[in-house]
Amino acid sequence: MAARRNIPVGLLFILCSLTFLIATNTHETTSTSEHPDKAVNLPEKSTETGGQTTEQPAVEERQWEPTEFQEETVNDAAAEKQDATPPETTTTSAGAHPKDDFQEELVIRPLQSGDVYASFQFRTLWETDFMKGNKVSHYRLFPKSLGQVISKFSVRELHISFTQGYWRTMQWGQPFMPSPPGAELWVWFQDSVTDVDGTWKELTNVLSGIFCASLNFIDSTNTVQPSASFKPLGIGNVTDHRFLRYATLPREIVCTENLTPWKKLLPCGSKAGLAVLMKSEKLFHSSFHSQAVHIRPVCQDSECTTTSWELRQTLNVVFDLHTSGQGKREWSLFKMFSRTLTEACPLASSSKIYIDITDNPQGEQFELTPATHLLSQAVVLGDRRTFSVYDLTEANTFGSMRSLNLLIRWKSSEGDMLRPLLHAERYVAGYGLQTGEIHTLMYNYHPFRSFPILLLDSVPWYLRLYIHTLTVTSKGKDNKPSYIHYQPSKDRVRPHLLEMLVQLPPNSVTEVTVQFERALLKWTEYTPDPNHGFYVGSSVISALVPSMVAMDTNNTKERPLFSSFFPCKEESSYFVRIYTEPLLVNLPTPDFSMPYNVICLTCTVVAVGYGSLYNLLTRSFQIEEPNPRLAKRIANVIRRLRGVPPLA
Amino acid sequence: MAAPLTVVLIVAVTVRACLFRSSLADLIAERVEVVSPLNAWKRVVEGLALLDLGVSPYSGDVFHETPLIIYLFHFLVDYAEITFMLADVITAVALYYAVQDYNTQVLRQQKFALEAERLPLDSLELIRSPRQMYYIPLKVAMVYLLNPFTVLSCVAKSTCGLNNAIVALFILSTIKKNALLSAIFLALSTYQSIYPVTLCAPAVLYLLQRQYIPVNVRWASFWWFLLQYAFMYLGSLFVIICLSFFLLGSWDYLPSVYGFILSVPDLTPNIGLFWYFFAEMFEHFRLFFLCVFQINVFFYTIPLSIKLKEHPVFLIFMQLAVISIFKSYPTVGDIALYMSFLPVWSHLHRFLRNIFLVSCVLLACSALFPVLWHLWIYSGSANSNFYYAITLLFNVAQILLVSDYFYAFLRREHHLTYGLYLKRKDGSEATLVLK
Repeated sequence: MAARRNIPVGLLFILCSLTFLIATNTHETTSTSEHPDKAVNLPEKSTETGGQTTEQPAVEERQWEPTEFQEETVNDAAAEKQDATPPETTTTSAGAHPKDDFQEELVIRPLQSGDVYASFQFRTLWETDFMKGNKVSHYRLFPKSLGQVISKFSVRELHISFTQGYWRTMQWGQPFMPSPPGAELWVWFQDSVTDVDGTWKELTNVLSGIFCASLNFIDSTNTVQPSASFKPLGIGNVTDHRFLRYATLPREIVCTENLTPWKKLLPCGSKAGLAVLMKSEKLFHSSFHSQAVHIRPVCQDSECTTTSWELRQTLNVVFDLHTSGQGKREWSLFKMFSRTLTEACPLASSSKIYIDITDNPQGEQFELTPATHLLSQAVVLGDRRTFSVYDLTEANTFGSMRSLNLLIRWKSSEGDMLRPLLHAERYVAGYGLQTGEIHTLMYNYHPFRSFPILLLDSVPWYLRLYIHTLTVTSKGKDNKPSYIHYQPSKDRVRPHLLEMLVQLPPNSVTEVTVQFERALLKWTEYTPDPNHGFYVGSSVISALVPSMVAMDTNNTKERPLFSSFFPCKEESSYFVRIYTEPLLVNLPTPDFSMPYNVICLTCTVVAVGYGSLYNLLTRSFQIEEPNPRLAKRIANVIRRLRGVPPLA
Repeated sequence: MAAPLTVVLIVAVTVRACLFRSSLADLIAERVEVVSPLNAWKRVVEGLALLDLGVSPYSGDVFHETPLIIYLFHFLVDYAEITFMLADVITAVALYYAVQDYNTQVLRQQKFALEAERLPLDSLELIRSPRQMYYIPLKVAMVYLLNPFTVLSCVAKSTCGLNNAIVALFILSTIKKNALLSAIFLALSTYQSIYPVTLCAPAVLYLLQRQYIPVNVRWASFWWFLLQYAFMYLGSLFVIICLSFFLLGSWDYLPSVYGFILSVPDLTPNIGLFWYFFAEMFEHFRLFFLCVFQINVFFYTIPLSIKLKEHPVFLIFMQLAVISIFKSYPTVGDIALYMSFLPVWSHLHRFLRNIFLVSCVLLACSALFPVLWHLWIYSGSANSNFYYAITLLFNVAQILLVSDYFYAFLRREHHLTYGLYLKRKDGSEATLVLK
């Protein structure tokens, strides 16, 4: 947490003043939404004024944001003035500018373990071109702070995530947006960038300020260039991994100060729409919390003549309502977020809530109120899911209460979760502080199909990996990886990078082991709590997993017979990225309290060596003549003065 | 004479072969006292594995061997055990013949001195007889081969054994008056680990002595010989360095091997003085102390060669000892090399002052190394200071041992000139002091 020190002071000040301003402006709104009982009784008129007040600060926020980067964009002063035109023109011109588009979405999936998974996604699309070097100065929905970052650092794709807690794949299934514990950042730069490392260093420092995170601790010792695992997710087929940088900070602690700047990037802030639900004391009182920002160029149309920028902000939370609810299995929006929804974000073109009711087709498992007739089916992560849809842009969603508080009450706790086909775990074996062994276990639960996976390991330099000890075994047999990319570490410069393409046989466990040696560091290189241990970032496993839908071979009841002989190609497999646990490894430590003693003692030993040799080299052997006594010497002096021969 | 040597060789090889087959081999190969980051067999294998993966072994910080070692083990990796045993045998045999030749040399010089009646009468006690010296070469070979330090080093497959073999061949060729081979082996051992470069001083002094060229800057033949030797040495060094460049096609190995030796980035504990000192060093003093410690190794060459210019072989012993004490990544294999010379100086025993204390300390420290390592690393009941303390003590004992031998050598030389029983002016028995 000490990392937060180097947030620019000015930014902090602006943040404080901004939150103060918002707080004073929206006092009314927060009070209405904090007390749903009151909100129920409120007449229609007050809700409308509430809506207006939520619009205004949102606009004001958009005006305020550019000032954060004033030092960077002196030329943009004119544009900012344009931006600062009266709020009503901006809001009314929302329909006149088809160039950008904002969508918000919340998916709630009751998990089999009794937890509830809530996944927010906010998507801002902007039809503009940063790539050709033209200066973009007019920002509407797209946050200016990020837009400037993209254009200044020639970023083609940026993916950043902050996660607190570890996603338990075996209990919760696959997440929609996987992320490793701590902070993760990967960026594709445009091929016009010459000094990629320098740009990356600057970018991490700027992002550190924007997200109030310790991203400035990303340096060459934890940055790698994966050759295969991280391909661009947007358009463009540049795959030269010189322009890719990937770094994780497994020790990063995610908290409110990261959430606030993240919420500020939303067009409506946290004033209206789904973002109203994001109260930090609830979001961080959860088993898993992950927030992310993904920026990438996407096609505007099917011919891909124009490109636009997509900003996807996601927030995934897993609430443990089972233990906090005194054994009663029910949840509601209010119980989860201590808020209810009253409206969509006025700037959003679409605002929807999806509730996963796949396990509950007839309503025998749980009861969902208020009921909706809108249903949607989608193939998510290779599995056909059914969702109840609530469209917040329609007034009748909110009913007569003018507020939406979804509620699910379980009737029975039966049913089993679809086991994920791919699962991985990792641990350190061995004892003592000299050597160790990293074990990575990858489970393929598919009954009859094998599939390849890409394993990426980035290990800090102070765990010296011995690649000749690498073994890959599945079902007790040696499983030779078909592709290995290994970059050995350089002390204090760069980490180890190990990428492998491994074929996982059906229904098997594949174990990857590699031995390492623990280095003794300089005493200044240890963290303030050295005996806590050092973190090693998660392994990343990227795979094309055969789809559940395709697995279902006797699926003839839905489809006609002539269509179902060959498995449908686009549904046959789906991309999954899973992260293993980060490792905590202890290193041998020197005694931190005695640098002076060590310097003194070692120098003494060297001096003993030097002294004894010097003694023998410079002196010669002589016969020791006994020294006359003092009295004798004095007597001799006196005798010499007297002119008498001295005593012998 | 060949029969006892053969027996010793067979015993040594048997001991090593047994240990290679036992479960102790893996344990020994992990010991930090036996292998250093510079010469661990694990790292040689890692370098070969990296080469197989198409990655330059020098792109990482695990492999620090020279390209010739890669080239050697590229072919011999399956016969590594035999190679290391062979290296030890070569060292022992080379030392055997070198010491044999040196002893005949010593006897001849002694005979000349006696005939010229240069020796004082009462120092005849110090005269060495051929009978006493008969078994010295065998003892040298035995001390090297059966020294537990050498055995451990060989069983751990530390490439230190190869370096020792090269140094032993260098000593042999020097004593056999072969200047060219001496220069080549010196270049080779310099190429392997920099520090043996200081051995050029004793080599030149010995060769000059054997060719009856006085060490005098005004003599043209002195300069001519110096130039010849320097040319042979630098020429072969140049050839070896270029050869290794062509083996891998890059100069990457220079910073990775020599930069690693000189700048001490790897602080893995060993029996030397560097690791804990530089782990605890204040960052802004690091470079200063690094220079001081490295200069310390090379510096003793000049005063030692001035003082011992008449006795180049003892100078070799002193240099080897200084290197193995003060080098940046010492292992017990280095100590074994200079310890094998101790039988050559067995005639100095009457002048040694604290040999009993020193040998006790050395034995105790050797036993305590694994104990304190276990307490620190495995049981966690001690900390790094314990192990550090024992390295300090071990080094003090080595320093005392070496300086004691140096003292005894100088004292014997003094007695050979001035007589054994020195008297004061007043005729009473005198004591010798250093002044």
